[in-house]
Amino acid sequence: MSRLSIALLGAGLCLAAQGAMAQQGPKPTDPQIAHIAYTAGEIDIKAAQLALKHSKNKEVIAFANDMVRDHKAVNEKALALLKKLNVKPEDNDTSRSLSQQADAKRKELEGLKGAAFDKAYAQSEVAFHQQVNGALQSTLIPSATNGELKDLLSTGLKIFQGHEQHAEHLAQELSKQSRAALQ
Amino acid sequence: MTVMARRLARAVAASVLVLGPALAVGDVTRVVMKSVDYAPKQARVHVGDAVEWQNQDIVAHTASAKDKSWEVNVLPGRTGRVVMNVPGTFDYICRYHPNMTGEIVVEP
Repeated sequence: MSRLSIALLGAGLCLAAQGAMAQQGPKPTDPQIAHIAYTAGEIDIKAAQLALKHSKNKEVIAFANDMVRDHKAVNEKALALLKKLNVKPEDNDTSRSLSQQADAKRKELEGLKGAAFDKAYAQSEVAFHQQVNGALQSTLIPSATNGELKDLLSTGLKIFQGHEQHAEHLAQELSKQSRAALQ
Repeated sequence: MTVMARRLARAVAASVLVLGPALAVGDVTRVVMKSVDYAPKQARVHVGDAVEWQNQDIVAHTASAKDKSWEVNVLPGRTGRVVMNVPGTFDYICRYHPNMTGEIVVEP
């Protein structure tokens, strides 16, 4: 696993440590950064599609629809930019690590139903966005050399920070609903 | 009625429909949605004025009053408008991206 992968996995757990890790090791290249960002978007779209298939909770369904719409929009913009810049995204250890983690999480979620699924999905969305946002801030944005790619990543970060906050609200709302159901 | 008269009547009716809503409100204050933020963050209007949000981002946003009294959903590249009929201070957010916050002050 590359040092960047470790930085990604550590993101959200300890920003200071993450920052230190991000300063070590080789910087990812623009084609690698593009691949990592695109992969993260695809992972979240697949997670949302799973939620749309499994959940009956209207807040969870609304959130999942938001994730599909936003991540598709950002990824479409990213593809258009890469085409314009004539850059081919390059697979790398970090992308592969993200995909492996996502596969494991998806299998875990597929085994859950009802409120248990909703709660696990919301918590997973909080953790995933914390991880990706941490990596964008500490490693991906500072390492990007192309100005337009850097700008798109910066806009993406703000959008995904909104998702993180939205996911936190969703998780809190689901906890309230669980408590109310027990009373 | 001649063909010309009918065309003129249709043109007048269409212009009334287009101008009607614009005449019904007072001033229009524009707020831009860009880089997942509202600009300006605070807008001051009077009762009867409209606030128009223009989305220059790549994703959809909303302007949703926290007290749920009004909401507008604005797709990328589009505008959405709310006529402010009640005085007060309204904090608002984007429902999709709650890190976007703004304030509309509606004066009597």
